[in-house]
Amino acid sequence: MSARDDETAVLAATEIDMCAAEWLQRRYFWKWNEADQVALDAWLAESSAHEVAYVRLEAAWNATHKLAALQRPKQDRETPKRRRLAMAGIASGVVGAIVLIAAGLVLYLSSPAQQTYATALGQHKTVMLADGSRIELNTNSALRVAVNASGRSVWLDHGEAYFEIAHDARRPFSVVAGDRRVTDLGTEFVIRRDADRMSVALVEGRARVDATDGANSSPLFLKPGDVVEENHRALITSRKTASELKDDLGWRQGVLVFKHTSVAEAAAEFNRYNSSKIVVADASAARISIGGTFKSDNVAAFAEAVRDLLGLHVENRGDETVISR
Amino acid sequence: MADTPDDNREGALWRSTGVADPASALREWFVREVLPLESALVQYLQHSCRDANEIADLRQDVYVRVYEAARKQIPRPARPFVFTVARNLLINRVRRERIVTIESVVDLDALDVAIDTPGPDRSAIAREELRRLQIAIDHLPPRCREAVVLGRIEGLSGQEIAQRMGISEAAVSKHLATGMFALANILYGERAEKKS
Repeated sequence: MSARDDETAVLAATEIDMCAAEWLQRRYFWKWNEADQVALDAWLAESSAHEVAYVRLEAAWNATHKLAALQRPKQDRETPKRRRLAMAGIASGVVGAIVLIAAGLVLYLSSPAQQTYATALGQHKTVMLADGSRIELNTNSALRVAVNASGRSVWLDHGEAYFEIAHDARRPFSVVAGDRRVTDLGTEFVIRRDADRMSVALVEGRARVDATDGANSSPLFLKPGDVVEENHRALITSRKTASELKDDLGWRQGVLVFKHTSVAEAAAEFNRYNSSKIVVADASAARISIGGTFKSDNVAAFAEAVRDLLGLHVENRGDETVISR
Repeated sequence: MADTPDDNREGALWRSTGVADPASALREWFVREVLPLESALVQYLQHSCRDANEIADLRQDVYVRVYEAARKQIPRPARPFVFTVARNLLINRVRRERIVTIESVVDLDALDVAIDTPGPDRSAIAREELRRLQIAIDHLPPRCREAVVLGRIEGLSGQEIAQRMGISEAAVSKHLATGMFALANILYGERAEKKS
């Protein structure tokens, strides 16, 4: 340091800051006892510079709590599990993964061998099939499964489901959602369907999408990242990145992931999971976009973020959370 | 989220706990009223000084003086007080050490107008804070960021972080301390764009 004659600063500010950071991390991350506290108190009492530095670093660290709430939880923890799944998949020929969202579909006539699985609002259920395939049902969903010697079929009656299919070339696995059938061609893929639209997205490998009635005779073959959306019987194709697809599957970990999502869409997502509904009272508020990861049942955290970060007005009215300007 | 930068809420929280500890009241005030001024304060100091270490020292001197004055009586509002302290400090340094030029002190007087203007609204501050945090985390060195994310977002202890990252506990300590130091600088002070 240059020759300075300030009364207050003996050590350079950055040195004091580093000492304060050292204390702070010790206190937050390691065993901390009475003697440690006494030592810290003594250091803080030594000079106002110490105390100011400590208070400042602690405040910044506490502020990251808010960011933590908005980050994807357990991101790194999830990776090894997924890797294990993938390894198991290669080993046993499990190669298909399908996600379907369907709502308000007309029920197909049930054949005798069918089994029905359903979830209530906010529920998440995993079903293991005898052939080694695995199905995860999202909130408020119902599907029927028929497995026999010649084929394996699933009808998604409403809601959303994620499939990990044990591939078997002699027994194709198909999922019917409304008037579209998605057939696993020994790959991983994702399908999604809402009230009046359905979308299919391929995670890995290949899949085929065609019409159940044969009307649209040319089937679509999907590559990883391909998304096919059906809207009033028109098919639109687009692409999604692996991380976008992963975000869409946040519900498997009980979270909703938003990135530049409008408040209206985010509210609609929460409403799929909870009996207490979010109402966005005016259009200008609905259009503002928000990002973050929220537990799907934590409407309060979302309301808080909307209020604190977007500056919107939030009001609780019994079963409703009303968001306005 | 008790640490939202919402003055009224924090004030209410503070009162409702009924704690009358002046030391914590002083800290609360400092975090709530003074730290958010840091970025403006650093900019102000940059008018007379270009050296980053020098600015950090000046900033700390201002804080110490403000903090010690507030120990006797908390100045309200904080903003003009903080900048007056900064200005006086700079002028003293000019006189004693000739570190800054006389012209820059003239500049300081011109800047006084800006000192009294109200800050941006609360939600804008909150958004800005979040943006800065995101940038701050992004700017940490990779291993340091990993330790901070494991500790802060996954809530692991120091020991668990060491196991997960396969590094010594001393290395974890160092990463965490560096992360905390960098986060505070970006969150409160220096412009994230100038970082790295």
